[in-house]
Amino acid sequence: MTFWRIFAPFLPLLLLGQQGWPTYSGDYSGRRFSPLTQINASNVHTLSLAWATRFTATGGAAIQIKSAPLMVNNILYFTSPNHVWAVDARDGHELWHYQYPPNTGSTIGNRGVGMYGNWLFFESPDSHLISLDARTGKERWKVSIANPKLDYTSTAAPIVIGNHIITGIGGDHLDNPGFLESHDPETGALQWKWFTTPRKGEPGIETWPDEYASAHGTGQTWIPGSYDPELNLYILGTGNPNPVMADQSRKGDNLYTCSIVAINPDTGKMVWYFQATPHDTHDWDATEIPVLIDGVINGQPRKLVAQANRNGYFFLLDRTNGKNILTTPFIDSLNWSKGVNAKGQPIPDPAKNPTTDGVLVSPASNGATNWQSPSFSPDTGMFYVGSNRPFSMFYKTDTDSHPQGWGGLDTGAGTDGGALLALDYKTGKINWRHDWPSGSGVTHMLTTAGKLLFTSNGQNLIAFNPSNGKILWHAGLTANVSNGPITYMVDGRQYLLVAAGDSMFAFTVNQPAK
Amino acid sequence: MRYLTFLLAAMSLSAQEPDTVAATTAALTASKENPAAVERGSKLFQANCAGCHGATAKGGPGAPDLIRSLLVLDDEKGILIAPVLRNGRPDKGMPASNLAEPQIADIVAWLHVQTYAAGHRNTYAFLDVVTGDSKKGEAYFRSKCSSCHSATGDLAGVGKRYEPLALQTRWLLPRGAAKSTVKVTMPSGETVSGVLDRVDDFNVSLRDATGEYRSFSRDVDSPKVEITNPLKAHTDLLRVYSDADIHNVTAYLVTLR
Repeated sequence: MTFWRIFAPFLPLLLLGQQGWPTYSGDYSGRRFSPLTQINASNVHTLSLAWATRFTATGGAAIQIKSAPLMVNNILYFTSPNHVWAVDARDGHELWHYQYPPNTGSTIGNRGVGMYGNWLFFESPDSHLISLDARTGKERWKVSIANPKLDYTSTAAPIVIGNHIITGIGGDHLDNPGFLESHDPETGALQWKWFTTPRKGEPGIETWPDEYASAHGTGQTWIPGSYDPELNLYILGTGNPNPVMADQSRKGDNLYTCSIVAINPDTGKMVWYFQATPHDTHDWDATEIPVLIDGVINGQPRKLVAQANRNGYFFLLDRTNGKNILTTPFIDSLNWSKGVNAKGQPIPDPAKNPTTDGVLVSPASNGATNWQSPSFSPDTGMFYVGSNRPFSMFYKTDTDSHPQGWGGLDTGAGTDGGALLALDYKTGKINWRHDWPSGSGVTHMLTTAGKLLFTSNGQNLIAFNPSNGKILWHAGLTANVSNGPITYMVDGRQYLLVAAGDSMFAFTVNQPAK
Repeated sequence: MRYLTFLLAAMSLSAQEPDTVAATTAALTASKENPAAVERGSKLFQANCAGCHGATAKGGPGAPDLIRSLLVLDDEKGILIAPVLRNGRPDKGMPASNLAEPQIADIVAWLHVQTYAAGHRNTYAFLDVVTGDSKKGEAYFRSKCSSCHSATGDLAGVGKRYEPLALQTRWLLPRGAAKSTVKVTMPSGETVSGVLDRVDDFNVSLRDATGEYRSFSRDVDSPKVEITNPLKAHTDLLRVYSDADIHNVTAYLVTLR
């Protein structure tokens, strides 16, 4: 057991020499920074298509690949809701395709698989955890993680830490309890379950009117977190409290919703928390992936964690204890906060809580950023995040003393546009920005030691110089780019891989003829 | 947003009570339950169940919230709910009812609409948005809006054409407004103008005055691309309005009938 706990998590990383992409963010840090350098700033202009493959479902249902692919032992594993594929990473050839039976769960998205030895783990729209044999795509077992009748829906990519398969959950229409679970990789048996809101007698219950409000306070876990093996902490963001926009039945800060939390993966116990939006009323999940940075603050080496939050603030914390180091807005349209308190938390302006006649708030419920992964480059010291400056009118529709579900809505009122921001991680200041002429600004980021930053805008996959924001290369694909680019090495050749709708595109730099 | 215009009717008999929000007609329609059965079920629920479970079935002292009940949420066609209504739950203090089977079916139909309504935000009914001062709204309109708009010109009768919520939503961000125009200036100084078709960092395309499609490759500032968005005046005001300004302007525009 000790051997596995210490060694198993790192086995793929050690064996692959960081040539693969064995977990959601490439490694546990959430940085989406690759050490590969074959594709680099001097040759990126020659980057060209190696292969493109379109994937289809039995029965012809539309496929949208939003998942982060894994690349292990020269095979890619990726998903869309109800589907898992295994593909040869050299040429895009499909090895197997697993299709989950029809069900009533939401097919809004699926973020990918987790892997442990030869076993893959996948969450279904109707909230089952399914294990597949990676060699054949055959189902090994499945276990239920939540009841879809309560409006749970599962989109998260399981994260494998030691012999823990950590599964998150989503769905916020019916005030269901939010939680995080860990399952046994061999049997699927539940190892632990951590509720994101406190129960009777637990710390934090004083931030809710009563136990009932807390138990129905939601706080979902629909995006994976990051992991620090030295501290043995799984650090992730939690979702919004419920009822979402009608807050009269949940006075208080509503811990541990809209928070960055650190969980011991062996016990499921919370070690520290930082609440990014106290008493959220605008659907601003704090699920954006926390990014682990080993940095220097005031001359001292520090273990840090950074998050660009959907609420418009950039947070920098000490990841050993969750203490705040920096809180600063990264969009200039933000209007819901009265400042920052001594603990580094924004102070919500109660005048901007939803009302029956509407209040104008920026960012809108879709946020200043969202679940799309940012990237941190240790080469530049910059944190790259896709951003937007949307406004909307927030209305409360449920004035009952016990509202339910969303209890309100927001209607779009316009945006000042989307931009790629390069933030100095120590100050949160914008070193450079690229304002997009059209399309969503909230896109995934990838940086590499080849001094490149990859992201997308509409159908274009684009390479930037991460130091100054100059565009170096682009390619127009067949549909809007729908996931985050990843990169990997097979047989001495580096590939850049991205999904656009139902297709995967792999690029390489051409080698001179021998 | 189309559903906004038909969201007003309240169904429940108890709608006059301040502490209730009835499921909307949109929820009733979308739930596909029989409206007559739901109407009967509403009356039966108020007469037989509301005393303990509350008028909106959200629970009362000692009686659970039925909208968050797994049994109710898991039910289809009364398979789970009907036995509870027939037999009660004597161990938990709920008596058996004397309801006939068709009455039980009506209550089941009503409960299904309530859970559907709670869980489907696209069926929510907005409440009154006309809370502002129309005189102040008129003054604001004259100072900030009248350079482009006129109460007797383009906006004449606008209060008649839209429900107040749709009106507030649309005046903040007009839908279907004129498209952006674009002027492209070549390094030679030649210019081409027209209605913007698409633009990104690499290409820009337009339809010129003759309807011809023109497209150009872009490389940073060459050619020079100038886009005029007719909605920019609206977007710029988003940082200027107070919420009171918004409510006042809506209250004024509602009077333009």
